[in-house]
Amino acid sequence: MTTPTTPTPPMNPQPPAAPNAALPSPGARQRTAAGAPSSGSSAAGRSARRKRALHWIAVHSMAIALALAFVLPFVFVFLTSVMSDGQAMSGELWPTSWHWENYTKVFRTPGFLDWWRNSLMYALVGTVFTVCSSIPVAYALAKFRFRGRRTAMLLVISTMMLPPQVIVVPMYLVWAQQFHLSGTLWPLIIPMAFGDAYSIFLLRQFLLTIPKEYVESARIDGCGELRTLLRVVVPMAKPGIAAIALFQFFYCWNDYFGPQIYAAQNPGAWTLSYGLESFKSAHSVDWNLTMAATLLVMAPVIIVFFFAQKAFVEGVTLTGVKG
Amino acid sequence: MALSLSSGSGSGSGRGPDRGSGSGPGSGSGPGSRDGSAPSTATLLRRKKTRDRLRTIGFLSPWLVGFTVFFGYPLVATVYFSFMHYNQIKEPTFVGLRNWSYVFQEMPLFGPALWNTLWLVVVMVALRVVFGIGVGLLVTKLKSGVGFFRTAFYVPYLAPPVAATVAFVFLLNPATGPVNELLGAIGIEGPNWFNDPLWSKPSLVMLSLWGIGDLMVIFMAALLDVPKEQYEAAELDGAGAWSRFRYVTWPNITPIVMFAVVTGVVQTMQYYTQALVAGKLASGITIGPGTVIQPGYPDHSTITVPQLVYQLGFQNFNTGAASVLSLVLFAIAMAVTVLLMRRKSGLLSAED
Repeated sequence: MTTPTTPTPPMNPQPPAAPNAALPSPGARQRTAAGAPSSGSSAAGRSARRKRALHWIAVHSMAIALALAFVLPFVFVFLTSVMSDGQAMSGELWPTSWHWENYTKVFRTPGFLDWWRNSLMYALVGTVFTVCSSIPVAYALAKFRFRGRRTAMLLVISTMMLPPQVIVVPMYLVWAQQFHLSGTLWPLIIPMAFGDAYSIFLLRQFLLTIPKEYVESARIDGCGELRTLLRVVVPMAKPGIAAIALFQFFYCWNDYFGPQIYAAQNPGAWTLSYGLESFKSAHSVDWNLTMAATLLVMAPVIIVFFFAQKAFVEGVTLTGVKG
Repeated sequence: MALSLSSGSGSGSGRGPDRGSGSGPGSGSGPGSRDGSAPSTATLLRRKKTRDRLRTIGFLSPWLVGFTVFFGYPLVATVYFSFMHYNQIKEPTFVGLRNWSYVFQEMPLFGPALWNTLWLVVVMVALRVVFGIGVGLLVTKLKSGVGFFRTAFYVPYLAPPVAATVAFVFLLNPATGPVNELLGAIGIEGPNWFNDPLWSKPSLVMLSLWGIGDLMVIFMAALLDVPKEQYEAAELDGAGAWSRFRYVTWPNITPIVMFAVVTGVVQTMQYYTQALVAGKLASGITIGPGTVIQPGYPDHSTITVPQLVYQLGFQNFNTGAASVLSLVLFAIAMAVTVLLMRRKSGLLSAED
């Protein structure tokens, strides 16, 4: 638990304090606990305060060390991305001269802009399809009472748990042989118009938290089901919908397996995630260009995250805690 | 399957009376509508029921279609192909259990792939859960800078898997990677990471621990939900930090731990992108599109079952063997899912 993910950075503040920080020693804690009730004596009070200060320092230095380990990979990737070709191979950590033109070189790589366009198309259209098709299903599973509801829920969860590799071979054969759509991203996008198990599940968990009185009063006011859904439920479920939209966008953006199956034979249909790997293969020694391309693939998701942080964290929490 | 059953029974039982025929099994309440007088309440109720069923089916229809076409069909087809010899050009021919015996007895990569997948499932999931609880605890203990630290620990999770893997192959490259440079500066000779069969899987685990953000958020929420009074009571009883964790924190977060373990197992069984990309890039082979490569560099230490499905189905065009392997994967995934349904994992709420 106390082991950082990457080796401890050299400028770790107070290295000896860190190991103790994870779990404050039980002895120290007991004394604080015993001292607290008899706060009459100032000596005990002072010692308790010192304990608390030490605890504060220990926990925070621990957090700083760990944060360094989490952030440094980004820093190294960035620093390497602006090095000269020669220096990027040298193992030096700080660029001697800053080569911002590496980024323009990446953009001028044949195909790179196409990959961007494909990724955006896949992610945006896929997200719109998923959201539109998942909302009514999630609503029915959350608010309607019908026979087989539990079974339906179990099937949704089973689909969610299914590794995509299980069904990929026959699906590929259908798309390639019947519809001649291999070499495009459509075999990945079209199924999203028919509901996505993970989005359905997540949104349903969210809809369960909406009191059913709202839905019922809308019905009493004479709203049809569709109107109730669009006028009452969707506006109330905006945070949940935002969460599934974000997750789906990220899923498409990050997807590697799907494009590998369906788009591999046609570089014109590659996405950034798929193209990046071939980029590295083609520039096997140019770590600087590869790192610049890597950052360019990471940037959109991280920028989106900072704009939609709240919806995102809410969505992650929803997966695990609610229900 | 069971779902089509439920919708089938829905339209089945609503059939007779509502279409006004009244001669069906529901004729007992039929007279009201047959008389031509105002429909009885029973008929009205029945009509409402049918309407409700149609409405339910209507709302569920996208998923009903999707489930049948993109889940039911391929699953049945996979079973079919697992008994066929099919190279995706000539017509499939029936070969009985030949594919099954090939996969289990002859295929050289099956053993390593299964072993690697199990290794990753056990080690990666265990370490991720422990590390996730640890980071969650740490962040909840912080008094200042919570927002900064939470973001710092969360953002790596967002890095697209391919990009994160490329970054780690660079960071950990044995010759000039920053990590080994830093280790060298303090006098430690770093291992060969992704280029050493012993270290390649631990390197993948490190990559997965870097992306701990999802579990951290889940565990933070769970830890903050533990009632404060319980800690205060434990403290009054003189419980130390460990006892408080063991007897207060742990029982409160067990359902979330359970959830994290099961979803972790399911995710790790699908582990594909990172292992494949790391192996390919570390091997240093320049790969053009369509090149057939031996997966699992170095020394088959990173090949996983999903990679083998891809290898068999899309590089060797051995559809039968790929289908067998898919079904093995499916069986394991379903076993885990059943476990998930049984235990209190928070996936199904009390209402269901």
